[in-house]
Amino acid sequence: MSYEFDFADVFAAWPELLQGLLNSLVLSALAMAIGMVVSVAGALGKTSGPGWLRRIIDEYIELIRNTPFLIQIFVIYFGLPAAGLKFSSNAAALLALVVNVGAYGIEIIRAGIESIQKGQVEAGKSLGMRPLQIFRYIILKPAIQAIYPSLTSQFILLMLNTSVCSAIAASELTAVAGDIQSRTFRSFEVYFVATCLYLGLSVFFWTVFAGIERAFLRKPTR
Amino acid sequence: MPATAPPAADHALGDTIIEMRHVDKFYGDFHVLRDIDLSVARGERIVICGPSGSGKSTLIRCLNQLEEHQKGEIVIDGTAVHARLKGIEDIRREIGMVFQSFNLFPHLTALENCMLAPMKVRGIPKAEAEATARKILERVHIPEQAHKYPIQLSGGQQQRVAIARSLCMNPKIMLFDEPTSALDPEMVSEVLDVMVELAESGMTMLCVTHEMGFARKVADRVIFMDAGEIVEVAPPERFFTAPQNERTRKFLGQILHAQTQAH
Repeated sequence: MSYEFDFADVFAAWPELLQGLLNSLVLSALAMAIGMVVSVAGALGKTSGPGWLRRIIDEYIELIRNTPFLIQIFVIYFGLPAAGLKFSSNAAALLALVVNVGAYGIEIIRAGIESIQKGQVEAGKSLGMRPLQIFRYIILKPAIQAIYPSLTSQFILLMLNTSVCSAIAASELTAVAGDIQSRTFRSFEVYFVATCLYLGLSVFFWTVFAGIERAFLRKPTR
Repeated sequence: MPATAPPAADHALGDTIIEMRHVDKFYGDFHVLRDIDLSVARGERIVICGPSGSGKSTLIRCLNQLEEHQKGEIVIDGTAVHARLKGIEDIRREIGMVFQSFNLFPHLTALENCMLAPMKVRGIPKAEAEATARKILERVHIPEQAHKYPIQLSGGQQQRVAIARSLCMNPKIMLFDEPTSALDPEMVSEVLDVMVELAESGMTMLCVTHEMGFARKVADRVIFMDAGEIVEVAPPERFFTAPQNERTRKFLGQILHAQTQAH
């Protein structure tokens, strides 16, 4: 017996797929932006914060990096309401993505900060700059330049991770594909199209990351 | 003769701007600075030399508290400094420092290196900071390199940008920590020339260096340190021709021999 490919039903659902794609894009971009803030703040706390703060950040990183992302989503979506914190599925998805990427991002940016030579900080100090000014104007940019490839890889992983958010019925691409599949029974066709759309999303984000690098992070050459 | 001999300068000196009294510093058990007494007058030029590990870099790094001292007192322009001093930044911005390894900010151009601190620390408007930076880059003879990044400059040019960066803060004191030690020989003189010009402008300077020609030319006093102590302090004339201490004589013998060989 042979399987007859039929994309007609899947293509007919293109407005839904497009909406799912857009939702995935927005969810990813928001999580990257907020995740970046969390990562920079966390890395600052971890490299120059007081001891108690460093310990809290360490615990957070270990907790997140040693548990599955799906469980983290479930805890936020199903667990936190028990503590009185109730989120919509999309909000829970965003929060879970930020919490997850933050743990990895802090470690990546910390590595960048630690690659900066001590003399840079001393030069800043000797000019009378305050610790936060030294971090912001002297350390941050070279640190991000140093680890930008790792950081963008992590952000692509985040984008791919948005598909796990379908488990709590966040309205992203994988969830939309699942809906179409259960309606049309065209599993191969719908997931094939979804695969292409995710690839397209990856290409889109890599292009944006390369543009950001060209515009803001280009290192001078001899 | 006492270590705190009065300066014998050929130019007018002002009141005391740096005062170190019984300063001790330790790295763990290692006694880096031993009972340092030193008083520097406004406008005075001091050269500090001595074998490596003698504490000379540590001494000047204590003045702006890049290193903490454990005992004794350091007074800069009337304020006693220590690492936990609130507003240590206010002291540091009056003390320029030039490092052996330049420590320019790699992501900023020469001009931006010179503008950053005046804008962020002193709150000077951008246009004014830029005008000052250009003027001072001219003073260190590299106005044409203003838009280059550190990686695009030679060592001598980088060190002159570093000097300009400090001068843009309009400091009262300049510290030099072996400013020519990391340079190729042919670039030493372009940096020393700038330092001589700076000395002639009346800047209070403390230079850790083994450039004895520079010491002869500009120093009011030369300090010799060994094993964390100030062993000898003298005007250059007497320091080089009639050193009192055996350790000074031995050191000078070695270093002058090496420099004659080199030149």
